[in-house]
Amino acid sequence: MARFWPRAYLIFVFILLYAPIFYLMFYSFNSGGTMSSFEGFTLDWYKELFADTRLLIIVLNTVVIALFSAAVSTIIGVLGALAIIYARKRIYQNALISLNNVLIVSPDVIIGASFLILFTIIGVKLGFASVLLAHIAFSVPIVVIMVLPKLEEMSSTLIDAARDLGASRLDILTKVILPYITPGIFAGFFMALTYSLDDFAVTFFVTGNGFTTLSVEIYSLARRGISLNVNALSTLLFLFTIFLVIGYYFIQKRNEKSAVGVRK
Amino acid sequence: MQANNRTFYWIPYVLWIALFVVAPLLLIVYYSFFDLNGNFTFANYQNFFTPVYLTMALSSFWYAFLITFFCLIIAYPAAYFITHSKYKQLLLLLIILPSWVNLLLKAYAFLGIFSTYGAANSLLETVGIGARQILFTDFSFVFVSVYIFIPFMILPIFNALDKLNPALIYASRDLGASFWATFLKVIFPLTSSGVKAGVQAVFIPALSLFMMTRLIAGNRVITLGTAIEQHFLVTQDWGMGATIAVFLILIMIVMMIVTGTRKKGVL
Repeated sequence: MARFWPRAYLIFVFILLYAPIFYLMFYSFNSGGTMSSFEGFTLDWYKELFADTRLLIIVLNTVVIALFSAAVSTIIGVLGALAIIYARKRIYQNALISLNNVLIVSPDVIIGASFLILFTIIGVKLGFASVLLAHIAFSVPIVVIMVLPKLEEMSSTLIDAARDLGASRLDILTKVILPYITPGIFAGFFMALTYSLDDFAVTFFVTGNGFTTLSVEIYSLARRGISLNVNALSTLLFLFTIFLVIGYYFIQKRNEKSAVGVRK
Repeated sequence: MQANNRTFYWIPYVLWIALFVVAPLLLIVYYSFFDLNGNFTFANYQNFFTPVYLTMALSSFWYAFLITFFCLIIAYPAAYFITHSKYKQLLLLLIILPSWVNLLLKAYAFLGIFSTYGAANSLLETVGIGARQILFTDFSFVFVSVYIFIPFMILPIFNALDKLNPALIYASRDLGASFWATFLKVIFPLTSSGVKAGVQAVFIPALSLFMMTRLIAGNRVITLGTAIEQHFLVTQDWGMGATIAVFLILIMIVMMIVTGTRKKGVL
């Protein structure tokens, strides 16, 4: 096959993938106020964005929820991965893994609707608490998925050696197991963070009135039609995303070099 | 190791499973047997089998099928070319990056592009076809959904292609098979696990995209997801919403069985 067509096709796909994003960013500098005719360059939309305290509070809410839920779900997820790996029978292991994956494959609407019923029944007030609980809940399985392979590839001789040398159970956990699976824990925390930041559907169901995260706010803004504030916001979010990806990339790189005994 | 000491490991995790995996699923099933006034009833299930809901379910299926189909058509060659590129890792990263951009912002971008005076219509006018209503049609719904799901289709197919041993392809070519014969008899069957994973990653979410139908299709398309959202958050008829959710879960399980079991049989 000629070299030309593959290249042309890939360029086409990349244009398709990126054109809408850049279209959005381009018009955030439009003084005209529409997303169809560019009249002149302006930074007004960004100024307006930073002057909007309500929006800043929403951003803060989103970040607090993301950090908090990622931290808690990382702890539960790591314990979960340990529980799975040390389950006494193969059957328990498989059952735990299947149950773990239910929330990963379930569509967001199902998770949202079922959590809404759950929170209403056990009496969690819809708002910050329900959103936080929901985010913790759907992030746990992702952390487990990221940590489990690390635990699986860890050789049991490491633990035997530690025990032979007189390490207590706590020592084994904190000085042998945890350092070994640290890259997995980081990856899990990071994934949980991005899932939480990005989630719309589940939050939309359990948020009630009065509490909003960024995704839900974007949805209600977008339903009202085009306002270039949203464009300015998305430009900032896109830059933030690139920043996160690069950060993640470097964390992975560093871990590969420094982690003890990583085989890959 | 003593069993007692081990207890603390699994308590939080098992609590999580009980509270957020098992309980919600049971609650969904439980609620599907109650009507608006809280009386036990099978009416919701009877309702689901009336033409109104069946047509909706079928059209939702049809749209999900179209979305998955177009995703596959676009994603497979892209994944194939990426695996054969010198800059494999970079291109892969570039494919993944858009999937991290908030889904709603991507949909919002199309509100501008597909609007009456937007880029798509300007393009149509330059080509000579002339401007038309694009936004709030089923075309726009399928297009935007395909756009959103493409990375999720490319990724598993890429992984499958990347693992494929090139010696098999050389062997097939050496033995005189044409490119298409090699593709149909060797490459595609050996990467079908990736295709299945991709189909799974696209089809189920495509059935449940309620925000897309609201933003892009202007309520002209109603998916199962839209119906669930409508019942839970607008009409407050949780029973009916739960019934549709039960069916969505059943479809999901069927999909998982169909796309999951034969992973080893192929090789």
